[in-house]
Amino acid sequence: MSTSKVIQVEGLTKMFGDFAAVDAISFEVEKGEIFGFLGANGAGKTTAMKMLIGISNPTSGKATVAGFDVYTQAEDIKKNIGYMSQKFALYDDLTVKENITFFGGIYGLSRKRIKEKSDALIQELELENVASQLVGSLPLGWKQKLSFSVSLIHNPKIVFLDEPTGGVDPITRRQFWEMIYKAANQGTTVFVTTHYMDEAEYCDRVSIMVNGKIEALDTPKKLKDQFKADTMNDVFLKLARG
Amino acid sequence: MGISVSHISKSYKTVKALQDISFDVKPNELFGLIGPDGAGKTTLFRILTTLLFPDEGTAKVAGFDVVADYKEIRKSVGYMPGKFSLYQDLTVEENLNFFATIFGTTIEENYDLIKDIYIQIEPFKDRRAGKLSGGMKQKLALSCALIHKPKVLFLDEPTTGVDPVSRKEFWEMLKRLQQKGITILVSTPYMDEAALCDRVALIQDGKILQIDTPEAIVKHYPKPIYNVRSTDMYQLITSLKAYEYNHSVYPFGEFVHYTDSRADFNPDDLRAYLESIDLFDTQIEKTEATIEDTFMELAK
Repeated sequence: MSTSKVIQVEGLTKMFGDFAAVDAISFEVEKGEIFGFLGANGAGKTTAMKMLIGISNPTSGKATVAGFDVYTQAEDIKKNIGYMSQKFALYDDLTVKENITFFGGIYGLSRKRIKEKSDALIQELELENVASQLVGSLPLGWKQKLSFSVSLIHNPKIVFLDEPTGGVDPITRRQFWEMIYKAANQGTTVFVTTHYMDEAEYCDRVSIMVNGKIEALDTPKKLKDQFKADTMNDVFLKLARG
Repeated sequence: MGISVSHISKSYKTVKALQDISFDVKPNELFGLIGPDGAGKTTLFRILTTLLFPDEGTAKVAGFDVVADYKEIRKSVGYMPGKFSLYQDLTVEENLNFFATIFGTTIEENYDLIKDIYIQIEPFKDRRAGKLSGGMKQKLALSCALIHKPKVLFLDEPTTGVDPVSRKEFWEMLKRLQQKGITILVSTPYMDEAALCDRVALIQDGKILQIDTPEAIVKHYPKPIYNVRSTDMYQLITSLKAYEYNHSVYPFGEFVHYTDSRADFNPDDLRAYLESIDLFDTQIEKTEATIEDTFMELAK
């Protein structure tokens, strides 16, 4: 297997009874790539992502993530990926430091390493003054940036971001994307779902799911050319509306 | 029959949710309140729908004062809160019937107004509301907010978390409701939806940054904006931020939006700078400001 391919998916399928929620999808993601995973509500994004992060068994097809097989090595996958979603991120009733320590511990970092990471992270995010405050009391934008940093605490090969930037102001949203660029620049692969079509334009490549199938996959620029559209929003509307 | 807001302030303990907010929504206008989470949008909606008292200031909705005439307002407005607030274990039809009944009307009496929307969920009228998909819940909530034929409609983030197809359909529905004479105040965190409103107020941290038509807001952006592009985005952003003459540097999809602090800026100077630090494949082109550019400039 090529080492530059961090995700390899071939014919991946998930059936719920007679219904194919994910219908034989195939794609590959390169090391350090920012890969956008788009689709309408109910298109099968979440189901596909659950298989890739090792918490749902496929019905058929093949997939390896970070070099591990989704059927037989799900636990290895979980250790080698990061995950962040808007819904589940940090514990509101733990402090900033406690959250970092907790997630560092979950991923098996040594006490010494956790201490180092924690100090570095708090400094980088300029959270010195609130390090001992409960996360629940922080503004949403700070939480999201902290949550992203925590998802990278164990230096995963891939980080999965499930609708990470909903609701934040445009400046914070851009700071968040700068963090994503930085992580990708350092070799972490970023797999991101979003409903903001303008955010799709930040990705190196974008796939669009419609009714369980991947109907388009390319760079934002080529997709716009292909669908004769000015924006990714128009591409999405053309595809999803048929 | 519009909305008039005059010097409204509201605090929760130490948090100033709204600070001296004033604006008018004209009768039959589609007015957008554009801002991120925590801007104060929901607090304002709750004051205007008489669910919360302001600390200071006054407001009128459909000609009635939000404090003194709250009963009249409740009869005259429709409110779709951001959180789905229908009865999950009543069916679609039961929910609609319930709201019609408490407003002393019937589904039949005002069916014309909701027909376009309700017809899409009518095949599922015996399904419990809790079992509907997000898009269907949204249509039911809108039908319930309209069933008593309100003069003014309040919609708090109706399109948040909704995919682009459903968002587009929702805005088409709003335009049709506006044509039927309803005044609409709608909030959204999606800056691109501002263009679909007659006028918008940009709001952040409890303060209004600007009120105008979407066209005027982008026209009044104070500086020329340049699209800068490179294959190495991270390097590009870092380098632009390190450039001593930068006024603002914001990633915008496949480009970075750049403004320069000098009045006589020449893009060739920027190109020379980027080349001096080994960024050779850059493109620099002038571009138009968007609502987001304006928002960020004002919020800076």
